[in-house]
Amino acid sequence: MDFDFTEEQTLLENMVTSFVRDSYPWEVREAIVKTEEGWKPENWSQFAELGLLGVPFAEEFGGLGGSVVDTMIVMEQFGKGLVVEPYMPSVILSGGLITSLGSKEQIDSIVPTIISGEKRYAFAHSEPQSRFDLFDIKLSASLSGDEYILNGFKSVVFGGPMATHLIISARTSGEQRDKEGITLFLVDKNAEGITTQDYPTIDEYRASEVVLENLKVSKDMVLGEVGKAYDAIDEVVDKATIAVCAEAVGALQVLKDSTIDYCKNRKQFGQPIGKNQSIQHRLVDMMIEYEQSKSILYMACTVDLSDATERRKAVSGAKARIGKAIKFVGENAIQLHGGMGMVDEYMVSHYFKRATMLGILFGNEDYHMKRYSEITQADVIKITDAKASSIAFN
Amino acid sequence: MDTTFSPEDVKFQQEVRSFIHTNYPNTLRESIANKRKKGEELTKDDLTTWHKILGKHNGWSAPGWPKKYGGAEFTPTQKYIFEQECARSECQIVMPFGVNMCGPVVYTFGNEEQKAQHLPGIISGEQFWCQGYSEPGSGSDLASLKTTAVREGDYYIVNGQKTWTTLAQHADWIFCLVRTNPDAAKPQEGISFLLIDMKTPGISVRPIYLMDGTNEVNETWFDNVKVPVENLIGEENKGWTYAKFLLAHERAGIAGVARSKKAIERIKQIAATEMSYGEPLIQDPAFIRKIADAELELTALEYTELRTLAKDAAGKGPGAESSILKIKGTDLQQRITELCMEAVGYYANPHTGTTLSNEYVGPDYATNLSGTYFNFRKASIYGGSNEIQRNIIAKMVLGL
Ligand SMILES: Cc1cc2nc3c(=O)[nH]c(=O)nc-3n(C[C@H](O)[C@H](O)[C@H](O)COP(=O)(O)OP(=O)(O)OC[C@H]3O[C@@H](n4cnc5c(N)ncnc54)[C@H](O)[C@@H]3O)c2cc1C
Repeated sequence: MDFDFTEEQTLLENMVTSFVRDSYPWEVREAIVKTEEGWKPENWSQFAELGLLGVPFAEEFGGLGGSVVDTMIVMEQFGKGLVVEPYMPSVILSGGLITSLGSKEQIDSIVPTIISGEKRYAFAHSEPQSRFDLFDIKLSASLSGDEYILNGFKSVVFGGPMATHLIISARTSGEQRDKEGITLFLVDKNAEGITTQDYPTIDEYRASEVVLENLKVSKDMVLGEVGKAYDAIDEVVDKATIAVCAEAVGALQVLKDSTIDYCKNRKQFGQPIGKNQSIQHRLVDMMIEYEQSKSILYMACTVDLSDATERRKAVSGAKARIGKAIKFVGENAIQLHGGMGMVDEYMVSHYFKRATMLGILFGNEDYHMKRYSEITQADVIKITDAKASSIAFN
Repeated sequence: MDTTFSPEDVKFQQEVRSFIHTNYPNTLRESIANKRKKGEELTKDDLTTWHKILGKHNGWSAPGWPKKYGGAEFTPTQKYIFEQECARSECQIVMPFGVNMCGPVVYTFGNEEQKAQHLPGIISGEQFWCQGYSEPGSGSDLASLKTTAVREGDYYIVNGQKTWTTLAQHADWIFCLVRTNPDAAKPQEGISFLLIDMKTPGISVRPIYLMDGTNEVNETWFDNVKVPVENLIGEENKGWTYAKFLLAHERAGIAGVARSKKAIERIKQIAATEMSYGEPLIQDPAFIRKIADAELELTALEYTELRTLAKDAAGKGPGAESSILKIKGTDLQQRITELCMEAVGYYANPHTGTTLSNEYVGPDYATNLSGTYFNFRKASIYGGSNEIQRNIIAKMVLGL
């Protein structure tokens, strides 16, 4: 048993760490988010050169063939730098859907363009009524000859403004909340019939609302089997959720460390505020919350993700637990900075905002606690059923 | 023990309600709603219009002030009713700096000229005040403040920097704590309380932007500012006594129970509209439990406040117990903003709900809810942080 990274993983970590240190110092990041585009395309090219865009993809396409541990490594460092380039939406989430559902031709033609940085995808999936349920899809697609006609609305599509292409989920059959009947479509974002509204988010990332009006998509652009996308969405979103947890853990580390630092240096009543035991205990609790978050993240990265139940339980467990830590560490980081914590100019508030939004992404604490509890409940019922039958036999 | 309203109180309640109904301007309601939606700051007009209307009506802008200074001199029950009604109709609050903070100091410790000069303008809302206490190096440890006032003839020459000055950009006057005796045995003993006209040469105000992007607070700089000695409140070097008196008053108003009640109604409305697991969010047992929890805490706090008011009425001024109101009141305000944000799911993300081309996204009620959550982290920091409030209770109430 060890928690050490392999040599390759350590190299990867060092590479991302130096990218964040050299190309993403605070002033640079602040300048990037204030540009009209809200990100820096040159960074994307640099990711491509460094091989980062290929981390999760197979080696035959020029990827690294990395696991969730590898993407975790990348995202944790990105979390420490609040990197705004859309790595998770494009590489992990959209890339994951394409490799998981795509035909050989689709994978062969698309994956290299993602790895090279030429194309960026965003996953247009959630709708206002769906909240966090991945199967609650109204946007409709109906077949007419060789084409599907798509109509409907997608909300808060992360990385949408930077995307060249979209993966759009649509209902091809069944009712709004059926798991069956969801189909994914690959579309060029400039296609006629797509309107996007791009906006900055409160944590200085970018997202889009997407309106489809009679968008025509050729049958060849269906990703995977018609009506059967749900299981893959569930799995890929789970993996992306691990990436989100990793980013949050990176941000929490900065929140915790900068607060400890601040309390050592800020003097009131003739001594550092960190000399007060009430503050010391709070800082210790923040540190414990951080360590627990990191531990549960490692747990989620190391379970057998090919087993759907185990995967769902581990991912929801991690997201729920880290959600709780985000609130405690984030709110206390601001509190212990006093007025300085409230200020836009000072970095701690930005980490707090990002961490809070990561707490919502792919399901908040309540959602994942419920999903986790339901699996636990099912486990218990199975065990008691088994016991009951063995008692009956004796 | 009796918590029902007397017939006179019921009559008073009706009077307040109908006064608001007749006099609260629709244009103001719209102007404020519009700006909240866009995440824009309120203008000075937005902030003072209602204050000015109340000021013309039997001193209702100053519910707690004695009649002889132009206030309404409400009984504690009337004050409570008045606040409930204003919150219920979502009236813009009357800024506390003049009415709740500076005014009581002026009529308690000021001389006749000062009362005549300032009290009418505070009541009428013509004089906009801000509070110059905190400095970069002196927040919780206020007594360590460094801004100096040196007597030269008929003037004090003020030098230094105040910070976190709320709405200084609109202020006509600032009340300041300044150091007049750097050699006093204890830091508290060398502080004076000065009223300063914001138009005096040498004062500059620089905006500070908070994490939700608003310019609510400022840095206020003093560079050889000449302040007439007539503007000293009470005695030189006794400012700390007045400051402490004021802080206790500030804390009493800070609980915001009536506003929080209204805000909980708002969460319920949002939760009845938002969908979760295919049903209205209000049906989600986890979420309704959180609302119930907040509501119970608030009910208890309301009774704690009423008990404090009753004691206040019995002639004992707001004591260290007002720290309980500050802690729990701000906890609740923060909790409520958090639940609002949580209720709207992904629509917590758009920054103030506007796109780059200034269109709105998401449901109307979701606009800027996360901004409000982030902004309200201030509530446990200002007015004496909640840690400092606990220190006060530990020392003054528990004798630890
Ligand atoms: C939005 C906003 C508006 C404000 N408006 C005004 C205004 O109009 N006028 C004005 O004068 N001031 C104003 N303030 C300032 C406010 O009063 C101070 O921020 C507050 O007193 C805390 O001081 P500080 O920010 O320097 O934090 P610090 O005093 O440095 O405190 C940092 C942290 O340490 C904790 N701490 C400090 N000492 C102790 C201790 N002994 N034991 C335990 N914990 C301790 C604090 O609770 C806090 O969590 C405002 C502040 C904000 C955020």
